[in-house]
Amino acid sequence: MIFDDDMETLPREELEVLQLRRLKGLVDRVYANVPFYRKSFDDAGIRPSDIQSLADVRYLPFTEKQDLRNHYPYGLFAVPKDNVVRIHASSGTTGKATVVGYTKRDVENWATLMARSLVAAGATKRDIIHVAYGYGLFTGGLGAHYGAERLGATTIPMSGGSTKRQVILLRDFGATVICCTPSYSLFLYETALESGIDIKELPLRIGVFGAEPWTEEMRRDIETKLGIKAIDIYGLSEIMGPGVGIECIEAQAGAHLQEDHFLLEIIDPVTKEPLPPGETGELVITTLCKEAQPLIRYRTRDITSLNFTPCRCGRTFARMHRVMGRSDDMLIIRGVNVFPSQIESILLETQGLTPHYQLLVKREGNLDTLEVQVEVDEKIFSDEIKNLQRLGGKIQKHIKEFLGVTAAVKLVEPRSIQRSEGKAKRIVDMRNSS
Amino acid sequence: MKAEQISIFLENRAGRLEEVARLLAEAKINIRALSLADTSDFGILRLIVSDHEKAKKTLKDGGFTVGRNAVVAVQVPDTPGGLHSILNMLSSQGINVEYMYAFVQQSSKAATIIFRFDRTDQAIEVLTKNGITIIPGDTLYSM
Repeated sequence: MIFDDDMETLPREELEVLQLRRLKGLVDRVYANVPFYRKSFDDAGIRPSDIQSLADVRYLPFTEKQDLRNHYPYGLFAVPKDNVVRIHASSGTTGKATVVGYTKRDVENWATLMARSLVAAGATKRDIIHVAYGYGLFTGGLGAHYGAERLGATTIPMSGGSTKRQVILLRDFGATVICCTPSYSLFLYETALESGIDIKELPLRIGVFGAEPWTEEMRRDIETKLGIKAIDIYGLSEIMGPGVGIECIEAQAGAHLQEDHFLLEIIDPVTKEPLPPGETGELVITTLCKEAQPLIRYRTRDITSLNFTPCRCGRTFARMHRVMGRSDDMLIIRGVNVFPSQIESILLETQGLTPHYQLLVKREGNLDTLEVQVEVDEKIFSDEIKNLQRLGGKIQKHIKEFLGVTAAVKLVEPRSIQRSEGKAKRIVDMRNSS
Repeated sequence: MKAEQISIFLENRAGRLEEVARLLAEAKINIRALSLADTSDFGILRLIVSDHEKAKKTLKDGGFTVGRNAVVAVQVPDTPGGLHSILNMLSSQGINVEYMYAFVQQSSKAATIIFRFDRTDQAIEVLTKNGITIIPGDTLYSM
């Protein structure tokens, strides 16, 4: 099933014609209405009329999260404030909040893209959609909500928290689709079991999961435990919110990004040069249709690759690989890009669990060295040295196979790796400190 | 017939072994036998103690990774060939010794060897059949 057949299955040539028309209009608009863009275009020596093909987008300057912060709160709006009907903002844990405004049309477009997403996930207007993303400044709750209503489904605006109550209402209201973070779905499952409810026995059949990185292993776990199809949805508040892209239930192999609304590029995060199709790098998005706060070449920091091969669902939109990491914490070791998340997946595949780990990078002579410290907990400990050495060897071999980097694997005692309050600090880079 | 051994993961740095000994001393746990296996990065300390439940809890609370394993304590005549005859009956059955360590009691004509086998149950069967004395766990802990 496809919500917007005309757009979602548009042949690529026609899609590109549409994208170019929208891009030209966008460039004119931001140049005329956003002082920040006028200045950055001028500084780069670019005039809107220079954009004659989609490939010309590479001459436009990037927009970074810091630019949003520098113009906090309303400095990047491209329309008068009277036309802005909604404001969302990120939490601002790593600095000032990033604020995004929406016109009436933006909100409608978003609802449509989210409705498309729900249909791609396998939902129909006959479904009962339980939205357990937080409502408020965070885009998850309202984004999913308006999409579900736009689809015509029965929408339960549950929001986050009160997990026991969520379970009761999931059961009583007979929800068939749930929107929440993947980890929350597992928490719901456990809470339900404690009350003697097996979610598998409920009519729930689809989970639309986003807002945090997750793995294939986690997907399998969720699908088995809850007895549902787990679908990955992609979005970011700076661009729109949930529904920038979504996996189709037919393939479950990468989120289709809504290319009629978003122009995609993959760049090398270091040289910032565009990479050829299929290469892995940082996703850069230009919002083709946004009115209130359009962004030119927004650096998402998400590391992924795009797959343009036709999908069996019939959609022509490119699919993005599951986010492999963030360009902010990319390590370059002897010329090879390494992300902590890749090491984490390897540890997960090697041992079936996620131990506490840390990456230590040093320079010996002219050579970078990578040491992966893995805490030995009871699950991986053995009283026999050969078993522990075999484990270390296996991790080393997998890292070499998957990343092409030789790492020293060091098994360390639990709690010997420093804990941090917020996100775990995975990297200690000592190359520039000596 | 099996005895319980606890094993502790130790990083190879100064003070870790001392820390284990201190925690056990404070908990008034007596060490009956021990063996320390080491590599360049880490070591594994294996212990037979007077109270392994308490020892395990004490060490875990102290932040150590602690495992527990079934081992077999065998009484070996303190005479030439005593160990050989035991190993011979095991190897003829294809049973492998993963590791072992021994201690000699005061004023005794026998040594006690702690064995970790790849197939513990089968090893016990072979030893019993051959009339070898296996020291039960409870006896071992209070020796």
